[in-house]
Amino acid sequence: MAAITLTINNELIGARQGQTILDVARERGIDIPTLCHLEGLEEVGGCRLCLVELQGSPRPVPACVTKAAEGMEITTHSDKLVEYRKMLVELLLAERTHTCSICVQNGNCELQTLAAKLGIDHVRFDYLHQQLPMDASRERFALDHNRCVLCLRCVRVCDAVEGAHTWDVRGRGSTSRIVADLDRPWGGSTSCTDCGKCVQLCPTGALFRKGATVGEMIKERGFLNRILERRRLAAQRRSA
Amino acid sequence: MNWVELVELAESVVARQQVCRLRLLVCCGTPCMAAGAEAVVVALKEKLAELGDPADLELVSTGCQGPCSRGPLLTVQRPGQPELIWQKTTPELALAIVEAALQQEPLPEQDRLPEDWPFFTRQTRLVLANSGRIDPESLEQYIGLGGYDSLAQVLIDMAPDEVCSGVVRSGLRGRGGGGYPTGLKWQLVHKENGPRKFVVANGDEGDPGAYMDRSLMESDPHRILEGMAIAGYAVGAEQGYIYVRGEYPLAAQRLRNAIKDAEKAGLLGSRVLDSSFSFRIDIRIGAGAFVCGEETALLASIMGKRGQPRIRPPYPAEAGLWDCPTLINNVETFGNIPSIFKIGPEAFSAIGHGKSRGTKVFALCGEVVNNGLIEVPMGISLREIVFDIGGGLANGAAFKAAQTGGPSGGCISAGQLDTPVDYENLQALGSIMGSGGLIVMGQQSCMVDVARFFMEFCLDESCGKCVPCRTGTVEIYRLLSRICNGSATNRDLQHLEQLCRMMKDTSLCGLGAAAPNPVLSTLRWFRHEYEAHVEERRCPAGVCSMHELPVHLLGEQLLQRIAASRSDGEGF
Amino acid sequence: MAENPAVPPVLNADPRLKVVDRAMKRLRYQPDALIEVLHTAQEAFGYLSRELLAYVASQLKLPESQVFGVATFYHSFTLRPKGEHSCIVCTGTACYVKGAGEIVTRLEQAVGVRAGQTTADGKLSLGTARCLGNCSLAPMLTIDDVVYGPETPDSAVEKLRSLVEVTDELG
Repeated sequence: MAAITLTINNELIGARQGQTILDVARERGIDIPTLCHLEGLEEVGGCRLCLVELQGSPRPVPACVTKAAEGMEITTHSDKLVEYRKMLVELLLAERTHTCSICVQNGNCELQTLAAKLGIDHVRFDYLHQQLPMDASRERFALDHNRCVLCLRCVRVCDAVEGAHTWDVRGRGSTSRIVADLDRPWGGSTSCTDCGKCVQLCPTGALFRKGATVGEMIKERGFLNRILERRRLAAQRRSA
Repeated sequence: MNWVELVELAESVVARQQVCRLRLLVCCGTPCMAAGAEAVVVALKEKLAELGDPADLELVSTGCQGPCSRGPLLTVQRPGQPELIWQKTTPELALAIVEAALQQEPLPEQDRLPEDWPFFTRQTRLVLANSGRIDPESLEQYIGLGGYDSLAQVLIDMAPDEVCSGVVRSGLRGRGGGGYPTGLKWQLVHKENGPRKFVVANGDEGDPGAYMDRSLMESDPHRILEGMAIAGYAVGAEQGYIYVRGEYPLAAQRLRNAIKDAEKAGLLGSRVLDSSFSFRIDIRIGAGAFVCGEETALLASIMGKRGQPRIRPPYPAEAGLWDCPTLINNVETFGNIPSIFKIGPEAFSAIGHGKSRGTKVFALCGEVVNNGLIEVPMGISLREIVFDIGGGLANGAAFKAAQTGGPSGGCISAGQLDTPVDYENLQALGSIMGSGGLIVMGQQSCMVDVARFFMEFCLDESCGKCVPCRTGTVEIYRLLSRICNGSATNRDLQHLEQLCRMMKDTSLCGLGAAAPNPVLSTLRWFRHEYEAHVEERRCPAGVCSMHELPVHLLGEQLLQRIAASRSDGEGF
Repeated sequence: MAENPAVPPVLNADPRLKVVDRAMKRLRYQPDALIEVLHTAQEAFGYLSRELLAYVASQLKLPESQVFGVATFYHSFTLRPKGEHSCIVCTGTACYVKGAGEIVTRLEQAVGVRAGQTTADGKLSLGTARCLGNCSLAPMLTIDDVVYGPETPDSAVEKLRSLVEVTDELG
């Protein structure tokens, strides 16, 4: 693979052709925050937290999907970007009801971690206080829409990895919501295999294991790359 | 049909029209129909039947003739005499006109529009050249005005890359709003390799207050088909799609009929005009989503998915429909193509101003005297559009603002009326050319309320994929509502600006990025109105009712009460 | 794989289903044709019931949640039955500038439902549209797809009088 050179935060960095800006930065230990991104899943580019400034581009570009190219000059943490990220996380916190103190995910939540890292101590926007339902009809798992950030990890993993496509999104804009099948209670879903992949990848406490109480929900995400690796090897064997 | 046959047909149509003693063109666009055009057509039809339907009298139900607020419109053509137009035509008036014309008597002057009426004389009609002059259901009449001749010329005389460079030379830019150079887009798709390529016409005109595309599709559908076929030849595509907004059933029907007629005549389908080029066009109907006007969302919708934009690159030119190279242009852009090859790219680019060449169709409406559809050369000033063509504001009211570009555009104030209208200038003013809606507002419009109107639109139409647009629109709407009801503080105003800037920079697609424009542009030109709402709790236009007490005054009031109670000696 | 999905009992022997079947056949059961099929289904049935959506999903071999996602994304599709008549008030920019808001408020009051709802007797669905593209008639509305404009709150109420019971302005 061809080697390229680019500048990130005034530092000259070597990279391989085909890598994204996010890949390159993370290899170098530069911490660009992400939320919807998860290695192994198709990118959405919806959370906008990984936006970085690219010399010559009129607007910041998402690091998760933008391929690194020769001679790029990138800034990952300007004042403006940090402020934008703060505002984006504040918007997420205001959108639904994220009350950490009563959440199963407290202490292990990606949204909470992001807010802490960005130093968010208050939300400047109106809390929308939507009273969304909770779906506890499935035997082992439950879904609380109030904690959902619409990152679509569940939708993607269910479709691309499990192959069930139980989850999708209904409605649009601020009324978007995750649905199972034809908006049935999850418990009545005929396509769900109960595999729990969606639960493990959910960054917040929106999808959780029943029975977990505050702070008890610790998620294990390593399975994703293990599965994908096994599949890659299997495909290699088949074609050999 | 081959070129010779096409030319012969055109000549025979012209010859037939030339022997007509009297041609009566009744506008049957939707506004004229609502005003009673049907009755006029029926009356005239009966009259002609009474006369035995002579070959030298012709009645044509046309598409939109332009001054829509004055319908029903009747255009009268007689050989060797200037064309005359009547407004607000009644069946009686129409019959009186026919009677007089047949008797060679002077025609009634009542409700006749002056021949030198600036509404018409200040326009340059290329895209709308046939609108209102032909029956949109008649392929023959389109051919009679030189239709499909550009396609024939291109197929016979030019190589595909020459066609692309012709469009480049014309200086044509995307008429859907973005303003990307059309020729460059064509060249990109032309250069792509791929077994299949597609041409897509964007007729998902979603901007509120804009109906140029609807009118064009309804009034001159073949022009769009011809433009698309030329594009197909130029980029190497054999399949085209027209995505028509679901709210426009008549436009879809007209296009469907036009496609059928053109295929029957060998002007579309396999071996177009007996050449080796084949091109098919299918219609796709939208289902009520503004965001589908964004090109990647539109492509998703054609493929049966939720109409959500995706991150570019890859651009549709590389990977569009089913990952094949796809050329996507607005229907008005395609409508320009036949004209470019009819008058020549150089003649086309001679019209216009700066980097904006050719003409632009605007839907002029709001508080202006002459509502309607107009086509003007780029570079014309807003003042000329509003006051010369539009006839100024109704009842001589004072002009306050012109809104262009719909929810992605902005409001332009009176001080900017003399700016030449082109892509760059409008952008510099904080608005955009957009698809061409131009709404004139008088003093009774509150600019904060206008901004809120557009933000409500955006929050309802946001697809929900990215955070800044999905949630930002809701928060901006709430802030604007608070300003409108008198409960906002200066801090709210500050947050409003912060949010707008952030959304502009961080939204995933162009629509999200442009959604704050109505707020930012009104903040720029009408900031005093925002300040009046916040600081004086007063709506200068008298639109907003201020009944909420702002948070910061709550505290003040409490302090006053405390102070008052102390001086009363009652203690606290 | 090609299991023939049973037609849901509610839809069984419904002649309107033939129209939908014919459309799917014409479109060769391509999953890409989902929106076309939903248009046809809604035209035939008036709205998209869960049963109908499930049937379309099974025939096009699409996940149910995806079909539901598409059907709820687009505002033209409705999952609830509509009234016998429909009145749609345009709230595009030109209509807004000329007072469409007052017409909507007045009509809501006159027929006793909010825009987007259907009267209890099922006679009328009141709706708003983002722009119907007849800006020169602003403020305009359509009743059963016939265009009227320019309108006033009172003239709009008068137009509905023959279709549905209207309450005249109080006081």
